[in-house]
Amino acid sequence: MPRKFTPKVVTANHLLEGDVIYLTAKGTWSRRLEDAALYTEEAEANERLNFAATQADILVGAYLADAQAGPDGPEPTHFRETFRTRGPSNYAHGKQVEL
Amino acid sequence: MYTYSEFDKDFLAERNAQFRDQVERRIDGSLTEEEFRPLRLMNGLYLQLHAYMLRVAIPYGTLNSAQMEQLALLADKWDKGYGHFTTRQNIQYNWPKLRDVPDMLDALGEVGMHAIQTSGNTIRNVTADHFAGAAADEIADPRPVAELLRQWSTDHPEFQFMPRKFKIAITGSPNDRAVTAAHDIGLRIVEKDGQIGYQVLVGGGLGRTPMIGKVLNEFVTIDDLLPYLEATVAVWNVIGRRDNKYKARIKILVHEFGLENLQDEVAKEFELRKPLYDTDAVLGQLAAIAPDFASPAFQTASTAIYQTAYDTDPIFRAWADTNLAEHRADGYAIVTISLKKHGETPGDASADQMRLMAQLAREFGHDELRISHEQNVILPHVHKSHLKEIHERLRGAGLATANVGLLSDIIACPGMDYCALATARSIPVAQEIATRFDELKLEHEVGELKIKISGCINACGHHHVGHIGILGLDRAGVENYQITLGGDGTEDAVIGTRTGPGFSYDQIVPAIETLIRTYLDLREGAEETFLAAYKRVGVDPFKAALYPEAKSRAA
Repeated sequence: MPRKFTPKVVTANHLLEGDVIYLTAKGTWSRRLEDAALYTEEAEANERLNFAATQADILVGAYLADAQAGPDGPEPTHFRETFRTRGPSNYAHGKQVEL
Repeated sequence: MYTYSEFDKDFLAERNAQFRDQVERRIDGSLTEEEFRPLRLMNGLYLQLHAYMLRVAIPYGTLNSAQMEQLALLADKWDKGYGHFTTRQNIQYNWPKLRDVPDMLDALGEVGMHAIQTSGNTIRNVTADHFAGAAADEIADPRPVAELLRQWSTDHPEFQFMPRKFKIAITGSPNDRAVTAAHDIGLRIVEKDGQIGYQVLVGGGLGRTPMIGKVLNEFVTIDDLLPYLEATVAVWNVIGRRDNKYKARIKILVHEFGLENLQDEVAKEFELRKPLYDTDAVLGQLAAIAPDFASPAFQTASTAIYQTAYDTDPIFRAWADTNLAEHRADGYAIVTISLKKHGETPGDASADQMRLMAQLAREFGHDELRISHEQNVILPHVHKSHLKEIHERLRGAGLATANVGLLSDIIACPGMDYCALATARSIPVAQEIATRFDELKLEHEVGELKIKISGCINACGHHHVGHIGILGLDRAGVENYQITLGGDGTEDAVIGTRTGPGFSYDQIVPAIETLIRTYLDLREGAEETFLAAYKRVGVDPFKAALYPEAKSRAA
């Protein structure tokens, strides 16, 4: 039996800066997970991932990441995605200080 | 110190110009990411979790002060003011921007450095004993041959699209400090009937399927070395598996095809290739390289200053006891500068620290520095009369931690704080272990102990050969850390044994403390190291301490 679809965001790394970006509902890219569109339908998620694949001049390595709805927007459900929203734990570098 | 010839400089300039053009074409859309990716990897540029990462080779771990200062300049100008020294004698920059990378490569080229073949399915940076040319126990300096291998393997047309990456390490000393047995090919300089030769190990490697290298050939002369190595790589390149990347390394070929069969194939291939080699030309090339690695002009001077400081200054003495190694020249010492200050990131150095180490090398160290696979920096040739001043200046920069070879001298890969492949964090685990044992003031009592941490099964942190190895995994969406015991990366290389189920992020530091306390309770005296005690008693007492509930269930 296929696994039940869980809500997703589309994420990638920015081509020039390399930092983590998320696809918004407007079809633009944001540095913040809270700004991302959360897809609860598999077909729509795949369609938005296909859209991301056409944006090779902006990004690298788009994929669907699990997320859940929170009061301020999507939140990560896995620790890897949590780290991607803030940066490394050994220095105050990356999103945790830049956003 | 090898000096680039005009040929080397032209080659590098052309390569960098090509890459600059490739970056521009990626940005303007002429190249897709699929087309660009292998090109950037050939030049050491990865895309990691939060940013790009540039991996720069430090061939056989040797560099001079000007090169170290240039590494500092890169850190300041194009990164966040620091660099990370790795277990393969590379330095990694964690925050470069794509447009800046061609400028970084040009800056490296100015001091004869590059990032070529620090990634991809090629022969990677050739690593060597970090005490090469200085160690008292050395048969011969392995670096001239390491440089010969670097020249042979760089852009070698036959070896650019191999089944997988290929790693070579070389030691000139019977005490193996280069982990040669964990490399695709390990070379050990040996002496037979007064002649120097090379014992060739094959099929070592850690990662998903850890294996200790086996002796492919007991003694290869320098006349035969390049064609023999070329034959070995060529045989694997043709018959090594390309159907499954996890079975592509030469260790799997050794395992599936058999050592003897491989020896036969290599011997046949060697017979075909040897006549094609101009042995005199190769020996001439080596003879031209060798003077660049000649011994510095060692001074003879009083070591009284050193002795007085050693007898009267306990902080200096503690540092001298752990961070100095025996030099082959009278009155000299090898200084290991610890990049493992308690609570800091193993292997990281700030640009200011790099500049200080460069300055010390220039003033007191015959302009030589080394990077060890254990992620420390070495001043290989220091007269003992300068040690007191060096120590004081290192202290002022947070670089005088007296812990080399001790519990807090931990190898840790970047783990999930940076690496896209990682399944768990390693750096904070290392930081917390070091901090905890610094609070306990126990590590000098514990003595020699190597803890090595990897954040995934690829084992960049060498956990399999740690006396205590820690492997971070993702278990059902939670970080989980497995422990291995009894690993050994020396000439007596052994893969460690897993203790049992892993520990959560919050439990792993207490688990390590349990292991250390168990060792202190059962050792026969302070002279019995953790590894020796483990070899004597085996894994069971440690298991019983780690998993008391399993014991009570069995009872």
